[in-house]
Amino acid sequence: MSTLTASAPSTGLTVRTVSKSFGRTTVLHDFDLEIRPGEMISLLGPSGCGKTTALRIIAGLESPDGGQVFLGDRDVVSVPTNRRDLGMVFQSYSLFPHLDVAANTAFGLGMRRVDAAERRTRTAEALRLVGLEAHAERYPHELSGGQQQRVALARALVTEPRLLLLDEPLSALDAKVRVQLRDQIRQIQLRLGITTVFVTHDQEEALAVSDRIAVMNEGRVEQFDTPERLYRTPATSAVAAFIGTSLRVPVTVRDNTALLFGLAVALQAPRADGEATVLVRPENVIVVQAEPNATVLSSSFLGATRRTLLRTDEGLELIMQHGAEQTLDAEQRVSVSVRPEPVLAV
Amino acid sequence: MAVTSPAPVAPAVPSGARPRRRTAGPSRPAPRTATAVITLSLIAAAFAIPLISMLEFSLRTADGHGLDHWIALFSPETAGRYSVIWTGLGNSLILALVTVAIVLLLLAPTMLLVTLRFPRLRRTMELLCLLPLSLPAIVLVVGLVPIYLGIGRSLGTGAWTLAFAYGVTVIPYAYRAIQSNIDAVDVVTLSEAARTLGAGWLSVVLRVLVPNLRRGLLAACLISVAVVLGEFTIASLLNRSTLQTALFVVNKQDPYAAVILSLLSLAFAYVLLVLIGRVGGPRRGPRRRRDRATS
Repeated sequence: MSTLTASAPSTGLTVRTVSKSFGRTTVLHDFDLEIRPGEMISLLGPSGCGKTTALRIIAGLESPDGGQVFLGDRDVVSVPTNRRDLGMVFQSYSLFPHLDVAANTAFGLGMRRVDAAERRTRTAEALRLVGLEAHAERYPHELSGGQQQRVALARALVTEPRLLLLDEPLSALDAKVRVQLRDQIRQIQLRLGITTVFVTHDQEEALAVSDRIAVMNEGRVEQFDTPERLYRTPATSAVAAFIGTSLRVPVTVRDNTALLFGLAVALQAPRADGEATVLVRPENVIVVQAEPNATVLSSSFLGATRRTLLRTDEGLELIMQHGAEQTLDAEQRVSVSVRPEPVLAV
Repeated sequence: MAVTSPAPVAPAVPSGARPRRRTAGPSRPAPRTATAVITLSLIAAAFAIPLISMLEFSLRTADGHGLDHWIALFSPETAGRYSVIWTGLGNSLILALVTVAIVLLLLAPTMLLVTLRFPRLRRTMELLCLLPLSLPAIVLVVGLVPIYLGIGRSLGTGAWTLAFAYGVTVIPYAYRAIQSNIDAVDVVTLSEAARTLGAGWLSVVLRVLVPNLRRGLLAACLISVAVVLGEFTIASLLNRSTLQTALFVVNKQDPYAAVILSLLSLAFAYVLLVLIGRVGGPRRGPRRRRDRATS
């Protein structure tokens, strides 16, 4: 008799130079990804960047035009989906309408010919894991969207798959349920130690649950790194633009430093001297005690923080994100500067 | 020069979110009870009056009303007289079975294949499937005659061979019944979900798709049976004996028997309808015990 445990078999995933086109549109260009066993990574990017196609190729629901997909040491490109030993949760509610929650959850075990007694035990355990053991006899139409996705998660986990794939499972849910289920997914993933690929277009979701994030743009991985490094040291302007908010500030570069409001700030990467644009995070814009050089246009209270729009005397508009305790009034004259964090020149 | 803020504060409602349930539209006043009763009564009368008239006609005897014609139809003494009816009924039932088999084993799998693997062919398939609606039966027969000459040489002239022609005539009706059910169920996602859970294609079809397309498939079967049992032109012009051609023959000899058999065929269709309502209806709430559901 087996139950869902942290010792469930998990495996690494390697995707090598996978490409995919639909007609004349190339969706993936030499897509590479290497995921360690037990790691949870996110594929993050705007709509149409190829993240769902990449996930479907990993699942075997699409065939790549070229490249390899290794699950552990085995290339599974030619292995049909039903033999890849994976679990998947879809964006749309994918529960079988004719089966109740217990039967939905047990479906994968039935396909694997697990005996009835063990099936019952493992189904109950999986439903307990997602907090729905009391709903075993309900039908999908009797559940809320969040509950349906939790059943789908239990159904995907009950077979103890080597790989869990989540295709925007939260996008159809309302904001509060999204956050709850997002945290629950992460807790379960950490508890079971299952290798997980999570597709989302929501940066907050990706930042909250991932060990690493692959930011995708036009079918390529722009950067694959930890959430913190992606945010603090984005490799490209596309990553900087997609992760968080970036202000584009024109500067003059000299000796790999940029002069920003009279402050010499180091560049993240070497660059030839001359005119450039650097990306600055709104939380790195600050007000200092000095000769005023900007005017406050407006300030919005956002709970823990405030967001203030400023215009410098040179005509630049800046957004500053700061603590809610610091109040600035419209038309107030202030002196704007930046924190001395390295910036990305584009 | 320009300074931008490409990603402002996240909206309170995520852009990808959609309402889980549809909100109710503007409420309309319900019809008054009297209006509903009168409307339903008129509709019921429109259906009932011809049936009651047929029943009354079948019960007429020389000295009033009785079961004489009903008894005569089923009595051994007159069995030979009406044997053409039983032959025609048997042929029609066989034809109905073969036609249903064509719908379930050829049309439905093809529709699923197009939906799951070749969605771009859907419009073409729809056009092809609805085409027989635009062909009058007489035109169809003119085209079928040379084909049936070949069929007669290779498969014989048994009445069951009419099923090939009936398969064509029922396709538009069966197609609409099944397609509306396919449109109401996200068969692509359901089949993909089943595949990721380890189901092979046969299991996907039999354990996931067919149960969810049950109503459409049963409706297609009912329509097919009804069309086959009521079809006269093709059978008559291709010189095959079916229930309708037999009724035509018997009607010349004994109009009472023809009316009784028409009533029985209507009752048969009604029973089928009730069965479909029972078997194909949606399941509301948990019916099965948990141990059955998980076994």
